[in-house]
Amino acid sequence: MTEMVEQTSAPAADAVTSRLKRRYAAERRFQFMGMAAIAVALGFLALLLVSIFAKGASAFVQTQVQLEVTFDAGILGVAPGADRDTLASGDYLGLAKAALWSRFPDVSGRAEKRQLAALLSPSAGDALRDMVLSDPNVIGSTRKVWFPVSDSVDMTNKGYLPRDPAVEGARLNAAQMGWLQSLEDGGVLTKRFNWQFVTTGDSRDPTQAGVWGAVVGSFYSVLVTLLLSFPLGVATAVYLEEFAPKNRWTDLIEVNINNLAAVPSIVFGLLGLAVFLAVFGLPRSAPMVGGLVLTLMTLPTIIIAARASLKAVPPSIREAALGMGSSKLQMVTDHVLPLALPGILTGTILGMARALGESAPLLMIGMVAFIVDVPSGPMDPATVLPVQVYLWADSSERAFVEKTSAAIIVLLLFLAVMNLAAILLRKKFERRW
Amino acid sequence: MAQTSAAVAAPATSASQNTLADRRLAKVSARDVNVYYGEKHALKHVDLDIRANEVTALIGPSGCGKSTFLRCINRMNDLIDIARVAGSLTLDGDDIYDRKIDVVQLRARVGMVFQKPNPFPKSIYDNVAYGPRIHGMAKDQTELDEIVMTSLEKAGLLAEVKDRLDEAGTGLSGGQQQRLCIARAIAVSPEVILMDEPCSALDPIATAKVEELIDELRENFTIVIVTHSMQQAARVSQRTAFFHLGELVEVGDTEQIFTNPQHPLTQGYITGRFG
Amino acid sequence: MQLLTLTVVLLLLTSIGYRLGRGKAVATAGGNPRLLHSLPRYHGYFVALWCGLPALLVVALWLVAEPSLVRHLVQSGLPDDTLAIGEERLNLLYNEVRNVARYGMTASSPVVEAAAQRYGELRATLFAAAAALALALASGGLAFAYQRIKSDLRARNRVESVVRVFLVVCSTVAIFTTIGIVLSLLFESLRFFQSVSPIEFLFGTTWSPQMAIRADQVGSSGAFGAVPLFAGTALISLIAMLVAVPLGLLSAIYMAEYAAPRFRAVAKPLLEILAGIPTVVYGFFAALSMAPMVRDFGSSMGLSIASESALVAGVVMGVMIIPFVSSLSDDIITAVPQSLREGSYGLGATKSETVKQVILPAALPGIVGGVLLAVSRAIGETMIVVMAAGLSANLTANPFEAVTTVTVQIVTLLVGDQEFDSPKTLAAFALGLVLFFVTLALNIVALHVVRKYREQYD
Repeated sequence: MTEMVEQTSAPAADAVTSRLKRRYAAERRFQFMGMAAIAVALGFLALLLVSIFAKGASAFVQTQVQLEVTFDAGILGVAPGADRDTLASGDYLGLAKAALWSRFPDVSGRAEKRQLAALLSPSAGDALRDMVLSDPNVIGSTRKVWFPVSDSVDMTNKGYLPRDPAVEGARLNAAQMGWLQSLEDGGVLTKRFNWQFVTTGDSRDPTQAGVWGAVVGSFYSVLVTLLLSFPLGVATAVYLEEFAPKNRWTDLIEVNINNLAAVPSIVFGLLGLAVFLAVFGLPRSAPMVGGLVLTLMTLPTIIIAARASLKAVPPSIREAALGMGSSKLQMVTDHVLPLALPGILTGTILGMARALGESAPLLMIGMVAFIVDVPSGPMDPATVLPVQVYLWADSSERAFVEKTSAAIIVLLLFLAVMNLAAILLRKKFERRW
Repeated sequence: MAQTSAAVAAPATSASQNTLADRRLAKVSARDVNVYYGEKHALKHVDLDIRANEVTALIGPSGCGKSTFLRCINRMNDLIDIARVAGSLTLDGDDIYDRKIDVVQLRARVGMVFQKPNPFPKSIYDNVAYGPRIHGMAKDQTELDEIVMTSLEKAGLLAEVKDRLDEAGTGLSGGQQQRLCIARAIAVSPEVILMDEPCSALDPIATAKVEELIDELRENFTIVIVTHSMQQAARVSQRTAFFHLGELVEVGDTEQIFTNPQHPLTQGYITGRFG
Repeated sequence: MQLLTLTVVLLLLTSIGYRLGRGKAVATAGGNPRLLHSLPRYHGYFVALWCGLPALLVVALWLVAEPSLVRHLVQSGLPDDTLAIGEERLNLLYNEVRNVARYGMTASSPVVEAAAQRYGELRATLFAAAAALALALASGGLAFAYQRIKSDLRARNRVESVVRVFLVVCSTVAIFTTIGIVLSLLFESLRFFQSVSPIEFLFGTTWSPQMAIRADQVGSSGAFGAVPLFAGTALISLIAMLVAVPLGLLSAIYMAEYAAPRFRAVAKPLLEILAGIPTVVYGFFAALSMAPMVRDFGSSMGLSIASESALVAGVVMGVMIIPFVSSLSDDIITAVPQSLREGSYGLGATKSETVKQVILPAALPGIVGGVLLAVSRAIGETMIVVMAAGLSANLTANPFEAVTTVTVQIVTLLVGDQEFDSPKTLAAFALGLVLFFVTLALNIVALHVVRKYREQYD
């Protein structure tokens, strides 16, 4: 032993020092790698969010032009006294076009006039129709009205398309650019908040497309999911945690739940297609079916979360309740469940957030259809936010890139709110036994 | 006789009670060592000299700070974020808490054996070779083999395991595991070995073996052992220090402490009136 | 609307039942509830359950059975020549009938008109029957239960056993889900294997399930050799793992061993955000931001990278899986006993030496289990590959080329309108079956490994 001590503690001091240097260099390298890994992951997150917000923020504003409109019954083709349906069928787009033409009186010739009219969005007449329907007496009068412009103008004005007509990719010709310039100089062309985007359903025309239909569809789907998966999940968790005897049957259920938690979501879509649509004959594209599929998908998550929070309630509480002579069910409903509820709710919210962001299984049950109308119930055909993102991402128009990013922003906002709620709930009710 | 009363533990007085000769003889020397865990003052004004090639036992009731003191000597307290150490602690005259001191080198000089045997989930051979490997103590495989064999031999384990060096260290019995941990500690040829209740998880026969081993190791190493068992302290140590509520109450030759304690608290503890 | 009214009426009856039951119990006890076996409210629940449960079950049954029953009855009433038009057109016709009956659309033919009228009548009759039955059951149940209330009625036990049955039924939903998945996949796959041999499906190397627009078209039969899909899935998953495992593991090590608590408190939730972002967002990012970037970068380096390369899909998927790997590894690393760390530090090891030589070997089984779970997730991931990977079934190991995956093909085969019985759609179920069993096997192995690992240190 003594020899060994001498032999090993005696090597030249600089050999020890250089070895130590190497070891510390390795230590720093390793630590740097760890930090770099986190930096790369977070950098990617930042890149993703920044790129989406940069692309999508502009979709919340819309280029609009203010024009002086004379509600000319002749152009409209309807009289003020007509009934609602007739009023609604008037040529409001023609009215809007006429207003634009009258701003540029020197524009003449059919081709030129058509080019000028192309600056306006095909939905430019809608605002006028709403005005007339709410008050037919405006017919005959002259008002200043804001009109949405076509997506080419919108994209050019927002800087996504080149302003110089000679540059490749420009969608406006020299004459149109000139008119646009003159409108801008006249101070009647600005970007205003895009109400259309947040209040309407899908459309083939990017300027008219909105997310509201998808938001409502998502709402119904998640609502159905919540109403089904919460009671089912809690009941299952309570049974397994508080009542179930330890036997092969309950083992089977447990194994099942754990495995279902990891089954790819698209498989649930196949199940929905083969069972809910083909066997039960439920309607395609309905949030009801979407909710059913999402229920089966999120159920394991909720059960696992609920079991974990039931487990966290100390046995002493159960013993105390039973010792007072309460039945097992009373023990659960009066003592264990209230104590476990915050944890269960947190898990449920997180499960709902996952359901809200899920799209693959919904593609299988036809929620990818092009649906213009905002659904009015869970049985109406609808799409959901993430699927809307998928649909728009597939479109070739430049303007849909902006819309897609904006839809993602809306989706992320909802998710952020839900996660925040879960965090707050956890913080507020966190309990250490 | 170095003795610090619990009541008068002021640094000035205690320093004067330790003769200079004591400090020169000492392998490890503590002066006014204080340890705080966050708000808690866990160790208060401890002055203690640990002599080379002796076994020093630290005794006292639970939570008295003896393990805390032990962990100061190789700076294991660094691993606890909220721990703060104040005072002077030297190893061969070098300040252990000096900035220049490299904690990695320090721990190679001051080894440690823990309360619960904690062999790595590796083979017996790799367990013992781990330290020499990381410190680059062997030039080649033959030398490494030699270090491993000698260490196992010294730990009194070689005979039992020499045919199964490739088997997992976790497969040994509790007593064997603890001796493996001792072999692992001495493989880096430290100068001081700290033992934190090394026998508390062992049965009496394994304990006897480890105690025997400690006595043999004294020849080459300075040993500090924390123990709950006063019999053990009496059996293996030459000097004994008694801690109470974070203070060093009394230190002296083991025989004197057990036969003629100076402080009433010590007397109360060794006669079993509390603790 | 009618349904809503019926439900409200039933619920009202149920609550009346509750009040009656409780009231009678109190009255029976003569104002001294201690004479009762169960609390008065349990008597209330007892009556309410008798009143509401059977009736609501009838309503539920009606809801499930009504569509197919009505359809069957309407179709049997159609003229024979209409019935002969074939399954698919009959479906369209029936849809029209429903739309005419429900939303007042104009019928395209008198047959539809008549059927629509029949549809409306049948629905009304069936609903009336169901409603009558439900109401009868509700009031009958109420009366029956009400007259049974006595002071020694073990109402609580009765109510509790009903609740218990409810709990048991709920817990079997998971089992039925699994059975449903297996059966539906198996059933459709078997039909698929009647036209395509399993050998060809599992080992064939050509995948081109063309849609035949006309029967005489070239290649209308299609080729269903799924090997290119399996290879593509494996390639993309491999790339994803090459990204996710090192990054996830290193992040976990840094978080668990190095990071100050405050850094950890910030970085960990931030990292978890990556897992909370919907996969469709990753898909969009991969297809519209990453892919052009990578392609341009490749062409500047003289490489030809497909705009739907396996590389981009794999890397983005890998990033998505990072938090999954890191949080699993974090759990597993922190489960390594502190005593092992102390043993290593006590010998003078540095942190990285301790991590590399003690902690990682000790945690290896657990980490392997976690990685297996991550692989299973990568294999089943759909949206990223649908949007960022291609449709062309190339059998290649070159990450710069476009490949397709099992999930992409399932989506492509099933999205859009096509007949339910063609091999093309059925192939999707066969792919789903493979996907299900592969991920299932991975999960079972992984969960087993992780559990064994945890037991070791418990």
